Amino acid sequence: MTLNNKLVVSASPHARSHETVRGIMLDVIIALVPALIASVIFFGPRALIIECVSVGSCVIAEYLSRLIMKRPHTIGDFSAVITGLLLAFNLPVSIELWKVALGAIVAIVVVKQFFGGIGQNFVNPALIGRIVLLASFPTAMSKWTAPLSWLNSVSKLEGITSASPLASIHALAKGGAMPVETLKEMLIGWRAGCLGETCAIALILGGIYLIARKVISPTIPLTYVGTVAVIMLIAGKGNLTFLAYELLGGGLMLGAIFMATDYTTSPITFKGKIIFAVGCGVLTSLIRLFGNLPEGVSYSIIIMNILVPLIEKATMPKPFGTPKKEKKEAEAK
Amino acid sequence: MGKIHMDGIISAVKKVRGGVKVEHHKNTAELEVVRMPEPRKVILPMQQHIGAPCTPTVSVGDTVAVGQVIGDSDKFVSAPIHASVSGTVTAIGNVKLPNGNVTQGVTIESDGEMRLWEGIKPPEVETKEDFVKAVRASGLVGLGGAGFPTHVKLNVPPDKNIDTLVINAAECEPYITVDYRECIENSWDVYSGIRTIKEFLNIPNVVIAVEDNKPEAFKVLSQIVEGDSSDNGSIKIMQLESRYPQGAEKMMVQSATGRQVPPGKLPADVGCIVMNVASCAFIARYLKTGKPLVSRSLTVDGMAIKEPKNIRVPVGTSISDIVDFCGGFKDEPVKIVAGGPMMGMSITSLDHPLSKSNNALLCFSKEDAKIFRETDCIRCGRCAAACPMSLIPTKIVRDTKAGDAESLLDDGVMVCMECGSCAFSCPAKKPLVQHMRLAKAVIREAGAKK
Repeated sequence: MTLNNKLVVSASPHARSHETVRGIMLDVIIALVPALIASVIFFGPRALIIECVSVGSCVIAEYLSRLIMKRPHTIGDFSAVITGLLLAFNLPVSIELWKVALGAIVAIVVVKQFFGGIGQNFVNPALIGRIVLLASFPTAMSKWTAPLSWLNSVSKLEGITSASPLASIHALAKGGAMPVETLKEMLIGWRAGCLGETCAIALILGGIYLIARKVISPTIPLTYVGTVAVIMLIAGKGNLTFLAYELLGGGLMLGAIFMATDYTTSPITFKGKIIFAVGCGVLTSLIRLFGNLPEGVSYSIIIMNILVPLIEKATMPKPFGTPKKEKKEAEAK
Repeated sequence: MGKIHMDGIISAVKKVRGGVKVEHHKNTAELEVVRMPEPRKVILPMQQHIGAPCTPTVSVGDTVAVGQVIGDSDKFVSAPIHASVSGTVTAIGNVKLPNGNVTQGVTIESDGEMRLWEGIKPPEVETKEDFVKAVRASGLVGLGGAGFPTHVKLNVPPDKNIDTLVINAAECEPYITVDYRECIENSWDVYSGIRTIKEFLNIPNVVIAVEDNKPEAFKVLSQIVEGDSSDNGSIKIMQLESRYPQGAEKMMVQSATGRQVPPGKLPADVGCIVMNVASCAFIARYLKTGKPLVSRSLTVDGMAIKEPKNIRVPVGTSISDIVDFCGGFKDEPVKIVAGGPMMGMSITSLDHPLSKSNNALLCFSKEDAKIFRETDCIRCGRCAAACPMSLIPTKIVRDTKAGDAESLLDDGVMVCMECGSCAFSCPAKKPLVQHMRLAKAVIREAGAKK
C-alpha cells in the first residue's frame, strides 16, 4: 500500500495533555495582571513605562542572545515576558529607565541564557536582576514614592518620597512611630514600595488563579508565609498588628507566590518544597529581624535557590514498592 | 445503579499515587462485538507472547484446520500457536512484527470453510497441574495487552502462598471497550472462569476491579456475584476511580490489598495473581469446548476509520483486512496504533498481522494524532507528580544524557512500566517514555560491560 510510507511512527503514548509551556507561562502572565493594574493605579503611568521597558528589554535580550548563540528562538514561550514583569515589580517607580534595561539584560543574558536558557538557570533571573541593581545603585533602589502622589505632584513623574512601612515597623522597636499606613491600606497596596509588591490582594488573587489552574501547588506559598508568620509572632511577642505589617509589608507576597514557586529554581519533590519554603521563611525573618536590610525576601529566595539540588537529592522519593527497611537504610546513607 | 445491594462491594484499600486523567473516548462502549468473516489468508507469527518463540510444526503444502497446533516450543515460558482458519499452509518465512522484531511466520490460505480440527475436545482437568497444562495447551496469553503466557502466571511455586485473585476489568486505556463488552455480553463466562481459577489454585479471596466509568459492567458483575451465595462472600467487587494507569498490574494489587509489589518482583511475591477479564472468560469457554485461542476481540476506532466497531477476528488477520471490514478510511490516517493510545505501538505498515495480545486498532487522523513540537524542560515536575512508581523522569532524562548507569539504578528506572503518564502530562511534549527506554538500555549496557 502506498500509505505505508506516510504513517507517523513514534514512541508511546499517542495521547498528550493539552498543556504547553507557553500556556503555562500565559497563565502566569494573567495571574500577574491584577498586580500590574494596581501598580499603575498607585504609582501612575511611569509604572507602566518601567514595566514596558523591562519586558521589552528582556524579550529583546533573549532574542538577541539566542540569535548570537545560533540556538532556536524561545521568545514564543513568553517566559522572558514573565521575567520582565517580575523584575519591574521589584523596582521603585523613580528608577531611571536605563537601569531597568540593565537589570533586564543581567537577568536574561547572564542568569538565564549563559546557563542554557529556560529551565537551566539555577537562580531566579528577575531576583538576580534586582539584586545587581540594588548592589550597584543602592540609593536609587531604596527611594520610595508615596502612593497616588503622581496625581498631585507638580512634575507628575517624580512623586513625593516616603518611608516604606516595613522600615517604620522595624524602627518602632527602637522607639520610632507607627507606620502611617493602616492595615487596610497595606492590604490594598496604598503604601510605598516596589511597583508590584504593594497590593497584597491583587497578588493573592493571582496566586489563587494559579492554584485553581493547577499551575502551582499551594505548598510553597503557604509554607513560606506560614513560617514567616510563626517566627514573627514569636519575635513580636504575640503582637498581631506587628505580624500583619510583616506579612503584608515588603515583598513577601510577591516573593512567596510568584518567585519562590518558579519551577526551575524550586524543588520538584513535595518534601523538598516544604524544606525550601521553610528555609525561605526562616531566612526572610532573620534578615528582617537582625539584618541591616529592611527586606530579605530576594536574598532568602536566592540562597534557597542555590540549595535546591541538595534539597532534591536529600528528598528523592524511593521507587514504588521499595521495602521499608531498605528505605530507612537509604535514608541513613 | 443505586439498587445494588452493597454487601460484596468494596472500594480501593489503598489509593494509587500519581496517574493522569485521560479523555476516555469510549465511543464503542455500546457496540456489540461482531464476528468478522474469515479473511482469505492469515499470517501467524511464531512470537505472539513474552518468552521463547515457537517453531513451526507444519510444512508448506500441509492442510490445516481451525485449532490445530502449527507452532510450539519446548520451553515453559512460551505458548503454542494454533491455526486460526482452515486451509493450506502456503508459506513459512520471516515476518516483521509491529515492534520491529523479525520472527518466523506461517501463512495459511483459507479454504473458506472454517473447519474445526477433529482433535478438538474439552480437556480433562482434575488437578492444578492438569489445569496449568490445559491452559498452556490453549495457547492463552494475557489478553489485556501484555501477552504474558497465562499458564506461567498460574503455575505458582508451592512456596508462594496466594491469598487473593485480582480480576482486572479496569480497562483504563482510552478507546478500548472489548473488556467492557466481555463483562456485559459474556458475564457468565467471566464469572465461571473466575470460579474455576479460584478453585484449581485454591485461592481464598477474589477481588473484581472495575473503573467507575463502567457502571453497566459493574452492575452486571455485581448481580452475578450477589446472586451466587455458594462463594460465601469470598468474591468481592471493587469500584475504582477512573484514572490511568489504574489497570496496571502493580496498581491493581495495591488497590485490592494495599500491598506493594517490590521492584523486580511479581504479584505472586505478595500473594496475588492478577487476571484480565477476557482471559478468565476464555478459560471458561476453553474448558467447556476445548477450542484454543484462535480469535480475539478488539476495538477498532479513531477519527480516520469509517465505521468504528468492536469485532471478533481470527488471530493473524492482516490490519488492512480489518480496516476494510470497518468500511475503510474516511479520512487520511496519520498514525495507526496497535493497542491503546497510552501504551500501544504505532505501526509502519497495514500488512502487519493481528496478534493474540492486540486489543485495539486505532486509526488516527490529523485531528487525533496530535503531533506537538518538543520544547525545553522547565522542571515543572508534572512528570514526577504523574508517575505511579514515584520516579522523577526529569532526573532520569538528565542521568541518561550523562550515561550514568549507577545514578539511573538509584533513580529506580527499572521499575518503570512505560505507562506513559509522564509523557502525557509533560507540557514541553518530551518523549519521556522513549527516554525511560534509553535509560534502561544504558543500565543494560553497563551491566553487560561488567
